[in-house]
Amino acid sequence: MGWYKRRLAKSLWVFHVSGSPCNNCDIEILDLLTPKYDVERLGIKLVGSIRHADVMLVTGVFNQKIAPRIKKIYEQAPKPIFVVAIGTCTSGTCCFKDSYNIVPDREAVIPIDMYVPGCPPKPEAMIEAVAKLIEVLNG
Amino acid sequence: MSNTPGWLAFAVLVFPGLLFSGVVGLVIGWVDRKVSARVQYRVGPPFFQNFNDFFKLLGKETIIVQNSVRSLFILAPLIALSSTVLIATLVGLSLFPQLGITNRYGDLIVIMYLMMIFSITLILGGSATGNVYSSLGAGREIKLLLADELAFILVCLVAVIKAGYTFKLDAIIAAQQSNGMFFNSVSGAMATIVGLLCMQAKMALPPFHIPEAETEIVEGPLMEYSGPLLGFWKLTQAIFWVVMPFVLIALFLGGFKWQGIEILWSLLKYIVIVVLMILIKNTNPRIRIDTALHFFWKILAPLALLAIILAVLGA
Repeated sequence: MGWYKRRLAKSLWVFHVSGSPCNNCDIEILDLLTPKYDVERLGIKLVGSIRHADVMLVTGVFNQKIAPRIKKIYEQAPKPIFVVAIGTCTSGTCCFKDSYNIVPDREAVIPIDMYVPGCPPKPEAMIEAVAKLIEVLNG
Repeated sequence: MSNTPGWLAFAVLVFPGLLFSGVVGLVIGWVDRKVSARVQYRVGPPFFQNFNDFFKLLGKETIIVQNSVRSLFILAPLIALSSTVLIATLVGLSLFPQLGITNRYGDLIVIMYLMMIFSITLILGGSATGNVYSSLGAGREIKLLLADELAFILVCLVAVIKAGYTFKLDAIIAAQQSNGMFFNSVSGAMATIVGLLCMQAKMALPPFHIPEAETEIVEGPLMEYSGPLLGFWKLTQAIFWVVMPFVLIALFLGGFKWQGIEILWSLLKYIVIVVLMILIKNTNPRIRIDTALHFFWKILAPLALLAIILAVLGA
């Protein structure tokens, strides 16, 4: 499996799920693909369909309305799939921690492999997260 | 070598069929991504990127959509891949006569049919999923097929007429290698330009990526495909990077010669066509389906017809 994981590490296709974010993280994710950062040199491609994805980027707070939908999208993905939580909202619920409709246990909804805190996280931080994921895959 | 079953299997599976066209196609796919990246002031992916993508897709889970027509959903990419490999083999046998396998299996008509089969499998595969976006993409693929097929057939006829009314690829290439390539005449040059744009539409490259519009209907017919089946689609699209320029070279640019300085000239023909396609791809936005129909039926098809008339008159 080592050979396959190295292939996987070199071609991570990313699908982006907005789970009720404020859009800041989403804009930063799009910044990743601009010529300045250019993640295509690491083999990363933004795809439009979850069926093509290897990595699922989730932004926003998990509230009771969006959690079942995120779970559904996760179940539609072909395995193996990695979930990266982008932003402070997804990592630690941020200022919404006392909100009435929040889902406190996010890992019960979908297994999250990695958290990238920041409000929003800089593109450099996200690239570092992906690099760490690649490191893990390479063993 | 001769036309024994063993050598024919070699031709289909290794050279110039599956292995050769697949490897060259994936490499050219990398050239495409790299040149596109450089046009956009980016660095671009590493050399083995497309191979990594393909092998990665082979190891992923295949999800068969519950509401889909199961057999069609699975068969469509396989038929598409095999028909594309057949085109590569047929064109390759004529372009590489050094193999010693005489091409008595298919002429230009078979190649036109096989190209259409690819589009039809894309339509069937897309509509088999039951997804709204996929069916939209399939519908657009039908319209695009209607648009480009007329111009493409007229373009093929120009080469047929100039080679002395023969549909045999060998004869078309032989006529050019003895009398100079068809591109050097007025009708040949016109047909080459129209043909290049038809290839662009057949490969669904920008500005004609209407069926697959990623930002609009998320890759259309391919949307519900995952794992190895998606990998076969991607491999098919990669092989088209070999097939389409080869057909154009065989029809109008005089085929290949593999002695002395002619080797460089042969490679140059292929690379120039590929880079031209990539540059057209990168400098044009996606057009609407009605604009595409208008462009192919009212501008390119009359141009191709004019080229036919000129070819009959001998220009």
